[in-house]
Amino acid sequence: MNQATSALPHSAPLDQIDFSDPNLLRDDTWHRYFARLRDESPVHYQAESPFGPFWSITRFDDIVAVDSNFKDFSSEPAILIGDIPDDMPAEMFIAMDPPKHDVQRRAVQSVVAPRNLAEMEVLIRSRVCAILDGLPVGETFDWVSDVSINLTTQMLATLFDFPFEQRHKLTYWSDIAAGTEEMTGGDVSTEERMEGLKECLQTFTALWHERKANPRDSFDLITLLQRDPNTADMVDKPMEYLGNLMLLIVGGNDTTRNSATGGVLALNLFPEEYDKLRADHSLIPSMVSEIIRWQTPLAHMRRRATRDIEFGGQQIKKDDKVVMWYMSGNRDERAIASPDQFIIDRENPRHHISFGFGVHRCMGNRLAEMQLRILWEEIMQRFRFVEVVGEPVRVKSNFVKGYESLPVRVHPV
Amino acid sequence: MPRITLVEFNGTSHTIEAEVGKSLMLNAIDNSVPGIDADCGGACACGTCHVFVEPAWSEAAGESNPLEGAMLSMRPDQSDLSRLSCQIEVTDAMDGMVVRLPEYQM
Ligand code: HEM
Ligand code: FES
Repeated sequence: MNQATSALPHSAPLDQIDFSDPNLLRDDTWHRYFARLRDESPVHYQAESPFGPFWSITRFDDIVAVDSNFKDFSSEPAILIGDIPDDMPAEMFIAMDPPKHDVQRRAVQSVVAPRNLAEMEVLIRSRVCAILDGLPVGETFDWVSDVSINLTTQMLATLFDFPFEQRHKLTYWSDIAAGTEEMTGGDVSTEERMEGLKECLQTFTALWHERKANPRDSFDLITLLQRDPNTADMVDKPMEYLGNLMLLIVGGNDTTRNSATGGVLALNLFPEEYDKLRADHSLIPSMVSEIIRWQTPLAHMRRRATRDIEFGGQQIKKDDKVVMWYMSGNRDERAIASPDQFIIDRENPRHHISFGFGVHRCMGNRLAEMQLRILWEEIMQRFRFVEVVGEPVRVKSNFVKGYESLPVRVHPV
Repeated sequence: MPRITLVEFNGTSHTIEAEVGKSLMLNAIDNSVPGIDADCGGACACGTCHVFVEPAWSEAAGESNPLEGAMLSMRPDQSDLSRLSCQIEVTDAMDGMVVRLPEYQM
């Protein structure tokens, strides 16, 4: 058994707890451990872990400070607590510092700017409607596979204009990208990851050439990359191309998927909030932000200190790993009132840390919010109650905070 | 109290009596001017309080600091007039200032 799962949350000395243990999220036992860090040791050094020594940053304001300070806290070479295997060194701008980061991000970010999103809304809504209309009323089914995965996979296929009948591959690549033991404590083998990423690159390289040969008047991501002079030859830099693909696939997949599930769970755990929603659908946008806060789909991002630096009264040494625990920041009572409560009409619902802050702040945040808003608008048109009828199974990871399955029944309005 | 005018992307304009010493972002929010999200609450860390300061007022609004510059460079619609309104502290010299709001915040 891992240390953390055997150590008592209330009394174990903090230096005997492994905060990187992926079972903390799987078993949903992390709350008490991280509350203690926030109170007793907000900038906390763990000398030993399966991922090597690292610092844990757990208070909201401290996370904002680290996240905004890209000079002292570098995103290179990787942003997961574990290290990335070297055999597929995909170049992603999420793991680059300015100025290189800025150049690469600028090339792709207008794809997901609200102006483009408005054009996509109709298509997304029609796909959401089709998914919801196909649900088996009166039967127990898995919300994760039938709605959350189905929806986000279709979304990704739309973004890339990816062959629709092969879209499940996108989900698979996303699941394996950050799923190995060394990276996040997951169960994917390094070989499987390698093979999968190779296939992903091959498929998208073929797609690139095909689209180049048959240009179209569309704003899918590949076409946009081909149009922009900065990225027009990206296919010749396979690791950069793969990196950007992975970033968009992973970025847009698990996160939205787990928010789509987390929202259903939260409304079932807080039935008075579900009543508020039934009485007033105009609360949906603020509820979407609250779902993203409450769920915190990505548990952490990691940085590396570029110099010896004093932070929060502690001496962080050059090259130390510094982990910002977003799920803890979102439960920090110093920054958010009643943080463990799910409250769909909070005064300032956008003030959460799930999208990170600073130059790496989530590029897809408006897209994610739009998808979830549409999902809930259409759910409320159809179902009085999406009832959770069994226990959720959670993902074993210290990075992806989400669900393997959630049994539900839907009750029409 | 300096009077500052904020013009929404659709042309609707809002003239507010701004409080000196407070940021333009907080002044706008306190006066319910739409179009500024300010997700980070003024920490120069989200970029969702983006505004365009009319050229005549750029001197009064002051220089942007390097961190603000880094955040602004991530906005797809950045221009020479771009500022983060949470980093502009309102002074009496801003009486009459006009700023424009972007089409969207992100
Ligand atoms: C609820 C859904 C989502 C959550 C919670 C989320 C969370 C995050 C977080 C925490 C970061 C890193 C921030 C930092 O280091 O400060 C990030 C970055 C990023 N996200 Fe998201 N994300 C979501 C949806 C999406 C979607 C739909 C896309 C697809 C376009 C996306 C694309 C990206 C990209 C490209 C980056 C890298 C940005 C950079 O390094 O400059 N995300 N996201
Ligand atoms: S409010 Fe976040 S940058 Fe100004």
